[in-house]
Formats: sequence, C-alpha cells, structure tokens
Amino acid sequence: MDPSFLVIQALNGLASASSLFITACGLTIVFGVTRIVNFAHGSLYMIGAYTAATLVPRLLELSFGPVSFWAGILVSALIVGIIGVLIEVLLLRRIYGAPELFQLLATFGLVLVVQDLVVQVFGPQDILGPRAPGLRAPVEILGRRFPSYELVLIAAGPVVLGLVWLLLRRTRFGVLVRAATQDRDMIAALGVNQAILFTGTLFLGAFLAGLGGALQIPRVAANTGMDLAIIAEAFVVTVVGGMGSVTGAFLAALIIGQLQAFGILIFPKSTLVVVFLLMAVVLAIRPNGLFGRPETVGGTHAVGIASHKPRSSNWILGLAAIAALACLPLAADAYLLKVATEILIFALFAFSLQLLIGVGGLVSFGHAAFFGLGAYGAALAVKWLGAPMEAALPAGLVLAGTGAALIGAFVVRLSGIYLAMMTLAAAQILYAVAFQWVEVTGGDNGIVGVWPSAWASGQVPYYLMTLGLTVVAVFLLVRIINAPFGYALRAARDSEPRAESIGINLRQHRWLAFMISGAAAGLSGGLYAFSRGSVDPGLLGIPTSVDALTMLLLGGIQTVMGPLVGAGVLHFLRDQIMPLTSLWRLFLGLSIIAMVLLFPRGLVGTVQHWREERA
Amino acid sequence: MAKASMIRWLALGAALALASPAVQAQQKDPIRIGELNSYSKWAAFTVPYRNGWQMALEEINAKGGVLGRPIEIISRDDGATPGDATRVADELVTRENVSLLFGSFLSNAGVAMADFANQKKIPYIAAEPLTDAITMAQGNRYTYRIRPNNFMQVGMLVDEAKLSGAKRWAIVAPNYEYGQSAAEVFKRLIKERVPGAEIVAEQYPALGKIEAGATVSALEQAKPDGIFNVLFGPDLTQFVREGNTRGLFEDATVLSLLTGEPEWMLPLKDEVPEGWTVTGYPWDQIKEPKHEAFVKAYREKYSETPRLGSLLGYMTAYMIRDTIERAGSTETEAILKALEDTKFETVIGPVTMRGIDNQSTMGAWVGKLEQQGAGGRMTDWEYKAGEPFMHPESEVKAARKE
Repeated sequence: MDPSFLVIQALNGLASASSLFITACGLTIVFGVTRIVNFAHGSLYMIGAYTAATLVPRLLELSFGPVSFWAGILVSALIVGIIGVLIEVLLLRRIYGAPELFQLLATFGLVLVVQDLVVQVFGPQDILGPRAPGLRAPVEILGRRFPSYELVLIAAGPVVLGLVWLLLRRTRFGVLVRAATQDRDMIAALGVNQAILFTGTLFLGAFLAGLGGALQIPRVAANTGMDLAIIAEAFVVTVVGGMGSVTGAFLAALIIGQLQAFGILIFPKSTLVVVFLLMAVVLAIRPNGLFGRPETVGGTHAVGIASHKPRSSNWILGLAAIAALACLPLAADAYLLKVATEILIFALFAFSLQLLIGVGGLVSFGHAAFFGLGAYGAALAVKWLGAPMEAALPAGLVLAGTGAALIGAFVVRLSGIYLAMMTLAAAQILYAVAFQWVEVTGGDNGIVGVWPSAWASGQVPYYLMTLGLTVVAVFLLVRIINAPFGYALRAARDSEPRAESIGINLRQHRWLAFMISGAAAGLSGGLYAFSRGSVDPGLLGIPTSVDALTMLLLGGIQTVMGPLVGAGVLHFLRDQIMPLTSLWRLFLGLSIIAMVLLFPRGLVGTVQHWREERA
Repeated sequence: MAKASMIRWLALGAALALASPAVQAQQKDPIRIGELNSYSKWAAFTVPYRNGWQMALEEINAKGGVLGRPIEIISRDDGATPGDATRVADELVTRENVSLLFGSFLSNAGVAMADFANQKKIPYIAAEPLTDAITMAQGNRYTYRIRPNNFMQVGMLVDEAKLSGAKRWAIVAPNYEYGQSAAEVFKRLIKERVPGAEIVAEQYPALGKIEAGATVSALEQAKPDGIFNVLFGPDLTQFVREGNTRGLFEDATVLSLLTGEPEWMLPLKDEVPEGWTVTGYPWDQIKEPKHEAFVKAYREKYSETPRLGSLLGYMTAYMIRDTIERAGSTETEAILKALEDTKFETVIGPVTMRGIDNQSTMGAWVGKLEQQGAGGRMTDWEYKAGEPFMHPESEVKAARKE
C-alpha cells in the first residue's frame, strides 16, 4: 500500500484519538476523585457540542475571526463546566456514600433526562457548526490533502495533557486531587474540604467533556446520538488506561484511534468490535488497565440480600400469588396479558441478576449479554435450523449459559468497578457482533419471523407457558440462593479473606453463579424473542442492562422477591407513561434519580423495613 | 416525617400511572388509525412528517371526516428499532383497537413491521422506509408502500450516470437494511446499464457512527471516478465536510440518494456539494397550483418551510382518507381491496398503488445540487414518475412468496 496513504490514515487516527482523549480525560479524573463512574459524561460532551454549534455562529456574526471562534469554544466548555457543578451539588453530593450501582444508575438517569432536554432546548435538527476561520483550507501532506483543523486537533490532545499534568502536579488543587485519587478517606481525615474539592473536580471533568464536544463542531454535526456513542468509547479509554490515570487514558486513546483508522481498511464492517476486543484483551492481561492501581481493600460497598430465616407464611403468599397469576387470563384482555407476559419475562431477567449482585456481590453491568444471547440463540435456531419453539428456547438457554461460562471465566478474576466494566465490555462485544456480523445475525435489521409454535401462539397459552417457565426457574433460583452454595456466595460477598480461609473456592463459586444466572437470563431472553416475534441488537445494548438494574434496585436489592416486584412496577409504569408523553425519557430518568435518592432500599425493602421497625 | 413524604411520592406515582388519556374521547365515534415513527431518534425527518399528517388530519376533520365520522390518529414513538416498532404496533392494535397502521422511518423497522402486519393480519402503510424488501421478498398482502423504493430511485440515478462516462465506482452506504439494499441494487444496475463499469471500493460505516476522515481517505485511495452515496443524517454532513476538504468529489461524478431532500440538505449549509446528482424535493420550485397551495398552508401553519417528510405525511393522511371512503368501512379486507390498484389524486398528481407488489407509483425529483446563498438547492431537476422504474412484473412474482 502506498506510504502516503498510510501516513494520512495514521493522522486521521491521531485526530480522533486527540478528541477522544480530551473527553475521556475528564471522565477518568472524576472517577479518580469521586469514585463515580459518570455515565452522564457523554451527555456533557453532547451539551458542549450543541452549545458551541449554536453559540459560535452567533459570535462569528458579531466579529468574524479566529478569536471569536476559539472564545466561543472556551465559553461553551465553561458553560458545560458550570452544568457539571450543578450536577455535583444537586445530585452526586448526595450519593457518594451509596453503593457503586446506585451511582451508576443515577448518572444513567441523567443521561435520559439530558436526551429529552437537548431536543427541547436546541430543536430536533442536527446542527453542523461553522468551520474554524483560518483553518478552512487543507494542507498538502505527501501529495494528499489533509484538513488543517485536524492538525490543530492532533496538537490539542498533548496540549490538554500537558495542562492537566501541570494542574495536577503544580497546584494545591492538583495535589489534593491526586491525594483523593489515592485515598479519599485519608484526605477527609486530614481536614480537606471535600465539598469544594469534589465540586472543583466535577467542574474540571465537565469542562473537559464540554471542550471535547465543542471541538467537534467543525467535523461532526451536533446530534442526539452523540452521548451514548462517545461514552462507550470513553469508558474503553479510561478502563484500558487504568481508571483514574490521565497518562493511561492518553496512551489508550492513541491506540484506539489507530485501531479504528486502520481497522476500517482490514475489516470495513467490524469497526465496533475491535475497540471492545482491545478492552477485553487488556483487562484479561492486566486486570487494572495499563496504568491502573488495584482498588484499595474495603473500598467497595457490597450490598445484598440479608440472611433471613425463611418464614412459612412466605410459602403461602407465594402459592397464592402464583394461583392469582394463573387465573389472570379469566379477567384480563389481550393487551393486559401481553404486558403481564412481558412483566414475567423481565421479572425472571431481573431475578437472574439478583443471584449475581444481591447474592454474589458481583456488580454485572452487562447482563443484557445473556438476555440477548438467549434471544439470539432462539432466533438463530429458528432462522438457520428451522427449529420449532420447543427446540429454540433450550438452544437460547444453552447459548446464554455457554456465553456466561466463557465471559465468567474472564470476569471472576476481577473485582469492583473493573468487573462491572468487563461485563459491560463483554455485552458491548456481543452487541457489536450482532450489529455488524450481518450475514448471520441480520445486523441492525435483526431477525424477524420468530413466532411461537401454533399451540402457544395465542396470548393466553403464551402467557401461561411463560408463567410456568418463570415460576419453575424462579423456584430453582430461590433454592440455589438458600442452599449452601448460595450461602458460600454470600460469604464471599461479605468478606473475601474470611470466605477463602474457611476453604471456599471463590472463583469457582462465582464462575458457577455466572453460568446459572446467565442461563436463567437466557431463558427470559428466548421467551422475549418469541413474544415479540423478532430480535435486534438493541436487546444486547446498554439500556437493556440498565433496565435489569433498575428493576432490581426499584424492588430492593436486599430482598429475595424485590426484583420480581420491581420488574412489575417498572414495566407497568413505563407502559402507562410512554403513550402519554413524548418526554417519557425525561420521566423515566427523573424517576430513576428520585428512586436512588428516596428509596435506596427499594419498594420491597422499604416495606420490609417498616415491618421490622414496627416489630 | 420521612414516611409521610414517601407516601406522598407513592401517591404521585400512582396518580401519574392512572391518568390515562380519557380526555381525548370525542362525541362521534372516531375512526381510529395507528401511527408510529422515530420521533425522538430521527426528528429531522419525522417531526415535519408529523406536522404534515396533522395538518391533513385537521383539514379532513374540518370537512366532516370520512364516512360521517372524524378520524383519530393515535401516534407513538417506534424507538427506531425493529423490536420496539412491533411492540408499539402490538399495543396500538390490541389496546387502542386501530384498524390500520402507518409510519416508520428506518428500513429495518419497516421490514419488521411488514412481518408484523402479515402475522397479525392488519393493513400497514409503510410511508417512508425505502428498502425493496418491504414490497419484494418480505412483501405481503397487508403491507403497502408510498415512497419510490430503492430500485426505483437508484434506477433514476443510474440513468444519469450513463451520460457521465464514469466507470470506476465507489460505494459508501450505512450498514443496515436500507444501505445494504441500495448498494446491492446499485451494483446490479450499474453493471447492467453501464457497460464496463466496475466497483473499486465499498465502505459500510455503521449507521450514525461514521469515522468520516478515515472513510474518505479509504475511498480516495481507490481513485474512483464515480461515487455512489447512500449516507444521510449526521453521517452525511460529516462525510460531505471531510470529502470537500480533501477534494474527494472534485473529479468524480457523485450520485447520491435523498441528498436533495431539505431535511438532509439544510444541515449542510454552505457546504452543499455542487454538481452532485441527487434525488430530492425542490419544494420552492414546484409550480403546480395544488402543491403551491399546500406549501402556502404549511408555511402559514408552522412558520417553517416544508420538508419531504411534510409532503409525505400530508399525502399519506389523504390517501388513507380516500381508502376508507372507498372501502366504506374499516374492515381489513375492504381496506385491502380499496388500496389495490387504486388511483389516488394527490397534491403532486395522480399516484397508483400497483396491485402485484403494493408499491405506489409516486416518483421522485432528480436533479443536481448547487449552492445558493448560505445553503443549497436543486437545479436542472425533473420529476420522474415512478412507473417506468418499478420492478418488472416477472421479478416481483419470483421474489414475493405469496
């Protein structure tokens, strides 16, 4: 291949790497200090791009020249920085002590809120910003034209790295940030005003996100899909580089930029996979990323179901509930049954996650992987093998179980936030495979025509079948939770060293938990595929994982039955609210945030808490 | 104290949950039509489209509706994925009891909707999705399409390509149903109609995730003298800007689907690539009185210029009205019969629903792009009626499984 082409392609990669670094750098600093994985970082990036694309043209009308352009970019970044401060003061400050899971969810709630607000504020149309004055013309490099703005971007990465480095090394604020990154409790004990430090950090992080977004406007039209697109990549950069490490993020961004630039030449259709594959490989070799430090012991707060002596009244309640559900077809119309079927499916999905999180303390952020594998396993069996539903459902379950075995084998070596990120990476790899392996999975089109066998195709029989399978699966899972195996998992969750010292093989137990949980999620995925008649990559996406987590937390993570109730309430509410308003994302986001702030115990947990208080 | 506030929150939640839209009920039993589209993900096209059908709906109901009953359109967001679309459709059919469905934007959602319509035996009018599959391989007697499909639009463009003499073609298309289908049709037609043509490069970025710089360099590397573009939306603006900067389009003939439509051309602003041959919608230059009246009414109502989506939404609502009137009822079989091989009078002239594949004969405006002020417009354009470009009957019979 022609060398000038390789040079240009490498420069393309560098330009992307620079922009990615600027954004990811903010994410990693915020994580280092606050220990919050800020999902809303991508939203801040998007706000930065929208603000700059709206503001800069106005400034250029006032006076055309490079000064107004760059001033506009900086002002936009500052505005985003201030939004970051607001987010810290109003929301994050209240949840620093909460378990990671709640923090992740709260920031995801923000993502939903921002998605709707951006359309309300800036309008539905994509906004392409102006080109930078003075940088319109391309430069000639080895006989090929290259945009001069990209050269500026390439330089911007190292400049930001240098400035951040100076800030962290040469100022008191920087010293505090680094100290907090190492040991948050210690600097609190030394009397440092944490509130100001955290607010300052959030300002810096949001400013960098806004800057990253604002710098994009000459090359990318501000659009509503920017947030999730960048956040997935920014996660990869911070995880590969090592959470909290700025230089690590820089190196990781460089690698990813080049991978993408050359990746499209070798695999023009699988650009998404390479990035997450890189993350998986790095984490498999270095569980804390390139420059990351292992988490301090005791830094994570495992919450999970408490050990209660099972009450005999629970059995009666359970049987009564099953009987009531079995009688539902007598009273409900077709649509209500459809909703009830979906609630049952999600209940099983959320319940399978409970085994990992509530019992095992393994915060999986990619549970959609197993749900999606189950759905795709079933759909592929129908499409390629012509299998009937009776054979396709077990096929989905087996595929999900096998996938869980494979993913689990890597994941159980990690802990805390890296574990969550590894599961996220696994789900994203599967998402990318489903999305881009068009010949087999149908890509973005998904697979249609996944309808149940004739005997189960009516709404009533399908509901009853789902009920039967869900009840059996939940019963088995409850047995597992209350068996010695479940207690061993709980022991490992509460204290790893003690569990190990009494002879429990932690990894083996956790690995097994992954397989069981994955298989159960796979069953629910298969049921879901047949209830909708189609599968698409969205089933493997981040929102599906978040769904499961929300149901789990809404119901109450400390209770066995919480996820079942959570699934029911969330899905029912969503079904009622979505048709009412086009702003349902705003509602859902606000409810998630409210839930995290007001009901950290979840619904069932709160009720139980009342009962115990009264007793 | 804490308990009391919690109860208040619960009460609020319950109130929100129960406040169903009973207020919308009208005095005379309305005819209920279901509509779904990607209003949040693809707002640039779909919001004007909604404006279009809402305007038509108001006009229709002001004149007394149809069959003496007003029309009510129950509209939903289809989530822009196949699974969400069919789920929403199911809700419209089973809970809202609609007698007909229309809408959807992305082709993959459209294909899933066609499958859904066939499974649930409900008429579905795919207004926008362009993939051939909806009226060919996945086609069925319940699914109809209004816009000219990929085969027709690409056919119109390839005719223009003959004159240019370009032989070395590069393709860039989004990697999902619509892009794949358009690329496939192009490969077939260019080889059939332009002797000696070859495909020298193909790039399929994921929808909404293009790496524009790298994609442009990769195309440039193959030194094409013709480029066939299927990108639209945010992907298109990035691609055009990078391509302009790097001179990708300078010596090449460019054929581009949909780029002349205002929804995709307006965001390009002063970067509108001169000389591209496109399909589009030169709304301000179409002089037919009926169309001019539509434009005038639309601008007065929304103080905004119409997009192609606006026209399509407006036409679709009127075609549905005419269909129901002709059917005399909202029974599925009567509606299907009233659609098949029927001629509709629309603001852009007569359009017929061809019976063998349920594809309408709506045509497209084909022309070249030129810059005008700080934006662009279509020039040298011509409205090409759909009939001569439709799939030959023999191919339809071979492709459709019925």
